[in-house]
Amino acid sequence: MKVAQFRKLFPILGDSVPGGKLVYLDNAATSQRPQAVVDAYSSSALHKNANLHRAVHHLSNIATNNYESARDCVREYLNAASREEIIFTSGATAAINTAAFSFGEAYIKPGDEIIVTEAEHHSNIVPWQMMASRKGATIKVLPVDDNGHLRLDLLPRLLGPNTKILAVSHISNVLGLVNPLPEIIRIAHANGIKVLVDGAQGIVHKMVDVQALDCDFYVFSGHKMFAAPFTGVLYGKKELLDAMPPMMGGGEMIDTVSLYKGTTYAPLPAKFEAGTQNISGVPTFIPAIETLRLALDDEELRDNSKAVAEYVASEIAKDSRIRVYGSKGAGEEKIPLFSFTVHGAHHEDLALILDKMGIAVRSGQMCAEPLMDRFGVTGMLRASFAPYNTMEEAEMFIKSLSRAIGMLV
Amino acid sequence: MTLEEKQAAVIEDFSLYDQWLDKYEYLIELGKNLEPYPEDKKTEDKLIKGCQSRVWLDAKMEGERLVFSADSDAIITKGIIALLIDVFSGRTPSEILSSDFSFIDAIGLRENLSPTRAGGLASMIERIREVAAQNS
Repeated sequence: MKVAQFRKLFPILGDSVPGGKLVYLDNAATSQRPQAVVDAYSSSALHKNANLHRAVHHLSNIATNNYESARDCVREYLNAASREEIIFTSGATAAINTAAFSFGEAYIKPGDEIIVTEAEHHSNIVPWQMMASRKGATIKVLPVDDNGHLRLDLLPRLLGPNTKILAVSHISNVLGLVNPLPEIIRIAHANGIKVLVDGAQGIVHKMVDVQALDCDFYVFSGHKMFAAPFTGVLYGKKELLDAMPPMMGGGEMIDTVSLYKGTTYAPLPAKFEAGTQNISGVPTFIPAIETLRLALDDEELRDNSKAVAEYVASEIAKDSRIRVYGSKGAGEEKIPLFSFTVHGAHHEDLALILDKMGIAVRSGQMCAEPLMDRFGVTGMLRASFAPYNTMEEAEMFIKSLSRAIGMLV
Repeated sequence: MTLEEKQAAVIEDFSLYDQWLDKYEYLIELGKNLEPYPEDKKTEDKLIKGCQSRVWLDAKMEGERLVFSADSDAIITKGIIALLIDVFSGRTPSEILSSDFSFIDAIGLRENLSPTRAGGLASMIERIREVAAQNS
């Protein structure tokens, strides 16, 4: 499929902003929505709306089937062993919070250790810190080297008899490098350590097979992969989820409630889905995944993404004032996401000027303060591309960036 | 020049530029020309909260008048604070407190900044008013 045709699926991409035609390069923050996702949302809200699972009436059955078919779709996409392993959440952040809390309750005791990496998003750091402080556990940090690669050579030294879980991103939202998950998971499992993968960026750029990967948890948000905002997934291996107590109590997650004998919980996945769920949002996973499959499968679209990535990488490498964080080595993969600083120009000034040229990029700490500290910067500029971004947009970005730098330096 | 006249002059200066990119270039110029700010005054208490980039503002009374100096690590922000200094430095606290700061809206500064930047601008104005109130 031609990129021009793919773009037509996303009405916003034809819009203009004060600086001219919109060039949206903040896809790592959130993707744009295809019309099909909005249609699925409105059809759910307008014609398939009732609360789930509870009532016997016709509409409740339709709403339940609509919602549960999204679970089947996500299960199939991730190649999870069973649909009970797919828990819907409000996003990756909520998924990690749930996993950290419930895993902590089931498995963490004082003196235990949790490993996170220096390149994690705050959402894959703070929930672990909160759990660690509640359970009397400690956090150990796997650092990155000057090129942004995880120091896997240091991993064996971090592992101890009390290490229980390791939390790592599939792809860092700052560095864009695809982390060597198979190796990390192999080392962790050889030491009896569970692994949670933050797939917020990974799910958008890679086909994920959780069984082949053998990760214990994999989480992601819907809004970064074309689905409705405030949707997300916590995948977890059934035996672990079964052993973990729920984080929230309330409707739907119960089996029996007694004021005198206590409450028993529903089986998976309901155990982790307390309260009324995102009835209209969750079904948008179906058209979102269909769109994502197209983007990742279609040869022409893949070639375009590759060409755009190579062009941007080579252009910014030509400018000696630009320092890019996260450079890929031989045989490594980097998604079309570029975080960089420009010598003599503040990231915020650059973003502001680019905005006036119609180009949406991100500036600041990108929710990764430890990584900013690691590289000794107060923030970075990030341009993140999606499969719908064209070569013309990439050229426009490079030209505008060079003009913006000229204004500042 | 009275404070009113000064504000009118700033509005006129900005009206010379149609494009916001040109207005930014003008702010960048103002930022580059701002008097150097002493490194030892880049302290926590001079830092203005609510800005994405770092902004320091120092003020002292010279006779009846407040004199401001400032710095920022981002040049457009520095240009904005330079503009505020150009308008308000060397004025009496009561003059400053009587100003409605409406020239900022008149030149479209607020609506052309991202919400986080606009928040930073509000914090800068707040600090100037605070200092004026403390010295009035």
